[in-house]
Amino acid sequence: MPITPLGDMALQIEVGDTIDEPTHRRVQLAWRALTSAPLPGVVEVVPAYTTVTVYYDPALVVEAGAPENGVAAWLGTRVAERLKAPPKADKVKPRLVEVPVCYEAEFAPDLALVAKHAGLKPEEVVRLHSAQQYLVYMIGFAPGFPYLGGLPKVLETPRHAKPRMVIPPGSVAIGGAQTGIYPLATPGGWNLIGRTPLRLFRPEEDPPVLLCAGDNVKFRPIDRDEFARLEAAR
Amino acid sequence: MIHVRKPGLLTTVQDLGRPGYQRYGIVVGGALDRLAARAANLIVGNDDNAAVLEMAQTGPELHFARETLVAWCGGDFDARVGNEPLPPDRAVRIAAGETVGFGFARAGLRAWLAIAGGIDEPTVLGSRSTYRRAGVGGHRGRPLVEGDELKVLPAGERAGLVLAALRGQHRRATTWTVRPDTLGQPAAAGVVRAVRGPEWEWFGPEAQHVFFAATWKATREADRMGVRLDGPALALARPREMISAAVNAGVVQVPPAGRPIVLLPSRQSIGGYPRLAAVAAADVRRFAQLRPGDPVRFQEISLAEAHRLYLARERDLNRVRTGLARMLG
Repeated sequence: MPITPLGDMALQIEVGDTIDEPTHRRVQLAWRALTSAPLPGVVEVVPAYTTVTVYYDPALVVEAGAPENGVAAWLGTRVAERLKAPPKADKVKPRLVEVPVCYEAEFAPDLALVAKHAGLKPEEVVRLHSAQQYLVYMIGFAPGFPYLGGLPKVLETPRHAKPRMVIPPGSVAIGGAQTGIYPLATPGGWNLIGRTPLRLFRPEEDPPVLLCAGDNVKFRPIDRDEFARLEAAR
Repeated sequence: MIHVRKPGLLTTVQDLGRPGYQRYGIVVGGALDRLAARAANLIVGNDDNAAVLEMAQTGPELHFARETLVAWCGGDFDARVGNEPLPPDRAVRIAAGETVGFGFARAGLRAWLAIAGGIDEPTVLGSRSTYRRAGVGGHRGRPLVEGDELKVLPAGERAGLVLAALRGQHRRATTWTVRPDTLGQPAAAGVVRAVRGPEWEWFGPEAQHVFFAATWKATREADRMGVRLDGPALALARPREMISAAVNAGVVQVPPAGRPIVLLPSRQSIGGYPRLAAVAAADVRRFAQLRPGDPVRFQEISLAEAHRLYLARERDLNRVRTGLARMLG
């Protein structure tokens, strides 16, 4: 796996070049290999679709024994060694997280548009969207925002040309071939088809997010009453 | 206790950020100029990571209930304590009941104010930095507003010694200074050093040449996440979609319109635009001071040179740290 510098405080490991499940599994494996024990001078390790990025502090890497004129090469060698001999693959069984979603009109301003684009009725969009099991490829953009793979092809819908300024937290959305959930009130261009009463960002908990990379997700349709109940209980 | 009489334009509590949670989409954030925040903390005897106030363009007006030691570093603010000037880069004694005002930035854009002990706010995910978008950290997850009361943690022993020395000599401020701009090997004015980014080869020779040859101008599209630059459009050698990947402060990403964005500490964890270059860690702080229209040129250096600059600066800071132990008033 090629290791390339991302500036002078990070190394990027290129695990693959396509967004698919086998690459995702290799990314997860590489992440576990690199975090199973501390690497000298490494601050954190962040997985993405096809890459794993190792953030480091050059001063700490030098303190750990790297030559001053070869910090990246020294750390890169250790990273490569770790990747070659990953820790015994403790078969991590992926979690399946059920996310209740209310697809009713007040939470789904773009459901009709997605239905029209797919040539389906709104109920069929909801049935297809909630029948599927999704994989969390990575978390990014906002705290706890899951990039989900597995959207049925027929539901793919282009993003809005002009993003909304504020999207209500918990909004479930489709953007191109992706589906996701907005954890915070942020701007965004995806099509809103429902809303979950669950909080995706939980700074007081460990981990501080509902969904993590590698999780499986299923959406369970709920009505307004259950939405209100769950929202009040959170 | 510090009473916020005027909040300034955008004053937030910041420390050195919230690393370790990017895989959950949580931004690192923290002081936009880490060196300035560390230097200010060092001057008043705080840990590097103590919470400071970051101000932008127009600073706050703060009333101090108790005697304390403060230090500020950054842009050229018209800072005063009562009617006296409040000089930067040194320890300054504030008497009980005095008011400190920062006025506006005459040059540069931001400054960092450290108070002996550090601002006392609950840590969220290991940091006191304000994470504005998520509404957590800092003072109630938001910039300061008029009427806020800030608590301060107990000052260290060294702050007490410096205060006693200043009081004994009837002096306002120390004669010694710590000037962040003199540490390490700073680049010339208007120049920042940068290395090639992971997608460097995606750009045509023309764009590669122009990036390091052009004089760019900072635009109004600038905040704690990044600064968009204006100049010649940078084109890919051929159209290509990037698969979103991690970014860092200093990364120069180029959206399809071709105007580069230099990312700053409150950037997202993941980005989807080609990363043409990355500003050397030692020089990222320059972007915290750019105003719209300010010129900036990029000078290409090797990765080893970028590390050398960073290490030289850290060494200087540590030398100052050791030297200060012997200096009081």
